[in-house]
Amino acid sequence: MSHSVEIEFRLNGVVRRAAVPAAMSALVMLRDVLGLTGTKYGCGEGECGACTILVDGASVNSCLMFAVDCDGREVTTIEGLAADALAERLRRAFAEHGAVQCGFCTPGMVIQASRILAQHPHPDRATIQRGLEGNLCRCTGYKKIIDAVAAAAEQS
Amino acid sequence: MGAVERYAAPLSLAEALDLLRAGDVTIVAGGTDLMPQSHSGKVRFGSLLMNIRRVPELGGIALEGDTVRIGALTSITDLLESRLVRERLPIVAEAADHFASEQVRNGATVGGNVCNASPAGDMLVPLIVLDAAVELAAKPNGAVETRSMPLREFLTGPGRTQRAPHELLTAVRVPLPPPGFVARFYKHGTRPALDISTISIGIGGVKRGDKLENVHVVFGAVAPTPIRARATERVLEGRPLDAAVIEAAAEAAHDEGRPISDVRASAWYRQELVRNMTKRILAHVAFG
Repeated sequence: MSHSVEIEFRLNGVVRRAAVPAAMSALVMLRDVLGLTGTKYGCGEGECGACTILVDGASVNSCLMFAVDCDGREVTTIEGLAADALAERLRRAFAEHGAVQCGFCTPGMVIQASRILAQHPHPDRATIQRGLEGNLCRCTGYKKIIDAVAAAAEQS
Repeated sequence: MGAVERYAAPLSLAEALDLLRAGDVTIVAGGTDLMPQSHSGKVRFGSLLMNIRRVPELGGIALEGDTVRIGALTSITDLLESRLVRERLPIVAEAADHFASEQVRNGATVGGNVCNASPAGDMLVPLIVLDAAVELAAKPNGAVETRSMPLREFLTGPGRTQRAPHELLTAVRVPLPPPGFVARFYKHGTRPALDISTISIGIGGVKRGDKLENVHVVFGAVAPTPIRARATERVLEGRPLDAAVIEAAAEAAHDEGRPISDVRASAWYRQELVRNMTKRILAHVAFG
């Protein structure tokens, strides 16, 4: 078994400590060690975006990040985003526009959407599409997802 | 997966180099290539996993004289956000813009893309067009020593480089292109995002009137490493970019690589792409 490392970081605004194997991904740590299952395991190789989280404000695929690299950093998952006003707008917009079908891609979509809107408060459609390139929806509900992000932006 | 016995996150270059000298080290930065490679069994972890993300000497993009030093830890997003890169090395920004997805661009580093040495590595082609060099550091006898070599010599095969096990790639150095320099990058994939290049092409040169001088043509994913397309360059060098020269260059380009057939494309298709896209890029450079 892999050597275990003690790390400490801010998770959704709260300081957390964890002991994680050195080769573990941030995704497995979040789900299996810390019990935050909102972040989803899709492809495990950075293609689908279901595991998207924010690290120091930037979106990354948590399946590609080593858990140990969270040490000393600020990590936000879909659970932590819930407290945010922007996230509340996104949540309503996703519901109102029917942007959720099976829902598996939704946490990653919402996290990535929050990143897009943090960087571009009034994005055009192309910017939203470009920003969501790394997030797959296999129900293929992209149009409604893009509509929802655009609607959340308009309310800001 | 090999068993990692120890983890270290050094806070200085000297400390990182000391750890490297001790041997059997797997280096991690962004993790975007390492993590999937470790899952697929392509990479076996060494007994020490060394996270270099907290080594300050490896960061930053800076103009040093007539060279842009891009620290190994520079993320692809950092390249896109750098005014220096956008204004002075636009072909690098162009390639960064076609790189994977935002999530991957935020994590992946220039040093990782170079050391991973994929024949299809997106940053390699534009950097070779610009005659970039890699900067390597080691600490063999108690003092930090650095050496430098052209990127195209550094890459020796798929996943293989001239980096010695005790060395760390610290930066990529890019000489500022001369006045009149123009360059284009083209990447072919089946969708705009996240595709590994079927082929990629970088063409650069100094434009004087209707001629290109000091022409650099580089192809990715048609050989074990990105290659300088010397025959194509000879066709173009100093000659007016008219239809006949462009046609001759495209024919030369077709025969330049030795592509393989794989899940992304057959060798035949790759060669056709190289011919046709070389023609298209040259037409843009000539008339655009």
